[in-house]
Amino acid sequence: MSEDAAQPVRARGLVKRYDEVLAVDHIDLNVHSGDVYGFLGPNGAGKTTTLRMALGLITPSEGIVELFGRDPMRHGARALEGVAGFVEAPRFYPYFSGRKNLELLAALDGDGAAARIDEVLAVVELSPRAKHKVGGYSHGMRQRLGIAAALLRQPRLLILDEPATGLDPAGMRDMRALIRRLAEEGITVLLSSHQLPEVQELCDRVAIVESGRVVYEGALADLRRQGGAGYRLHTTDDERALALMHEQASVEHAAPGEHGLTFQAHEQDVGELSLTLAAAGIGILALSPELATLEDLFFRLTEGDHDESAEAELSEQALEV
Amino acid sequence: MSSAALNPPAAAATASAHRSRRPSTLIVYRWELRKLVAQVRTYLGLALLTLLPVIFVVFESLHHQHNQRDNIFAAQITQSGLATPVLMLLFMSGFFLPVVAALVAGDIFSNEDGNGTLKTILTRSVDRGQVFAAKTFAALTYAVVAVLVAATVATVAGVASWGFHAVRTYSGTLVSAPEALLLVFAANAAYLIPLFAVAAIGLMLSAATRNSAAAVVGTIGIVILLFIIAQIPGLESIQPYLLTEQFQAWQGLLRTPTNWAPIVHSAWLCALYGVPSLVAGYLVFLRRDVAGG
Repeated sequence: MSEDAAQPVRARGLVKRYDEVLAVDHIDLNVHSGDVYGFLGPNGAGKTTTLRMALGLITPSEGIVELFGRDPMRHGARALEGVAGFVEAPRFYPYFSGRKNLELLAALDGDGAAARIDEVLAVVELSPRAKHKVGGYSHGMRQRLGIAAALLRQPRLLILDEPATGLDPAGMRDMRALIRRLAEEGITVLLSSHQLPEVQELCDRVAIVESGRVVYEGALADLRRQGGAGYRLHTTDDERALALMHEQASVEHAAPGEHGLTFQAHEQDVGELSLTLAAAGIGILALSPELATLEDLFFRLTEGDHDESAEAELSEQALEV
Repeated sequence: MSSAALNPPAAAATASAHRSRRPSTLIVYRWELRKLVAQVRTYLGLALLTLLPVIFVVFESLHHQHNQRDNIFAAQITQSGLATPVLMLLFMSGFFLPVVAALVAGDIFSNEDGNGTLKTILTRSVDRGQVFAAKTFAALTYAVVAVLVAATVATVAGVASWGFHAVRTYSGTLVSAPEALLLVFAANAAYLIPLFAVAAIGLMLSAATRNSAAAVVGTIGIVILLFIIAQIPGLESIQPYLLTEQFQAWQGLLRTPTNWAPIVHSAWLCALYGVPSLVAGYLVFLRRDVAGG
């Protein structure tokens, strides 16, 4: 496989130990071209350490991570061709202006990056403040400058570590819009985030890490589907419908909800239920699947008091996918 | 953020179509110099090196004593302005210039660690080796500038006060003013040899400790320690091999005929201090984790 055709990110058995602490424990990652890939986990789960290894900033204790088929440990800066982003907060020289920082980074990028400075400043709406020293920038402005610095490299893979941290709601919305647009334009995005709604909205594939281990990797839709198929039902007579549902062994957790009834059942059993309701003279006004939210699944997979059998089931299903 | 059109799809296409041209180490070096120029601390050392000769000249002008002095250049202080840069080099070479060189060399890596900017530059298209080389050359360039500034200010202040006249060298030979001027700058150039070794130690400590204060103080501490060792009775035999003893090797140029022996000795001995320090610093920088920030 040519390097350009290789996976944007491929990690195998990635381990990072700090003395007795195992920060990353045999992580495998597969980010495919065109993915908007969410990298999730609680604080201290090993996300940032993994991203640092991917960018060649720290050396793995074991295992390998490749960007477009190149290992940063072996290929150095060549492994970062077509790759941009930042880990933790983007950092700049406070005594230089925003523009001067970008000029410096463009010089370190080569390849005509300097000609794109005005363009990327406009994209992140920092043109009016470009001549001001970064020391006076707010956190949000630095985040935006971090995005601008990444875009200078015209990346094929964008690695962003909590890009919305510290932004106000409007800034977060704009950041999401920018990431969505970049993804639509063909850039693969690896997004580490605590903002679960953001990941749910933007990402098509996710890896969830807990204590340095990947507890789920795969399509977000699959995860949500496997997380328990729930349904919402609204009928002409919800009271009788609920009584009937309680009599059906294949229907679980039937309960009145805010707008009608909610229950869980396998897909084929839902068909039977609808026939049963019709036979009882109950009209179905609405019947829609309700997928578990990413937040539900995240906490189920990562919280200390989570249901371990549920995690095992989810992980097994993920492996089958 | 703006919806202004960016061209990432074009980026994706072009990025795969050609291999990007990586920047040269010279470009990285130029930016290291620009960083130095932009920082206030860069000028603190230079200000000290500018003030000391001026203070010296003013003091000598007001309080010059005509009694016999041990040093031949001190005895000629009011006879030729060109004695001043020699005396200033004698005065500053032992401590002030090494401190000024250590201020930048000891800070040049660790400052980036402190700011978290090391990760910013190491995730661009330059290798760690290029960054190390650029920072090393920038620190050495600063040492050259520091010595040049001190020598120039001392020469200008001395000549302005006491004129551009011939001087006698350590061997008592009278040399013309232009030749003396040449010798003054040659002596300063020779002094750069041990100063580079001090800078190399500072660079190594800066890369290894990731802490500016530790690296700067550590470098100065090593210089002071070597001075102390030189004073310990019974250790006279190792004195020629101490880095601090090389700070006066330049005086060989101010003899007639020129005494090259101390300068040659200084060159290889300083290489023994400087080269392993640089190699160690390079290996540490190449392999170390860039965490934090």
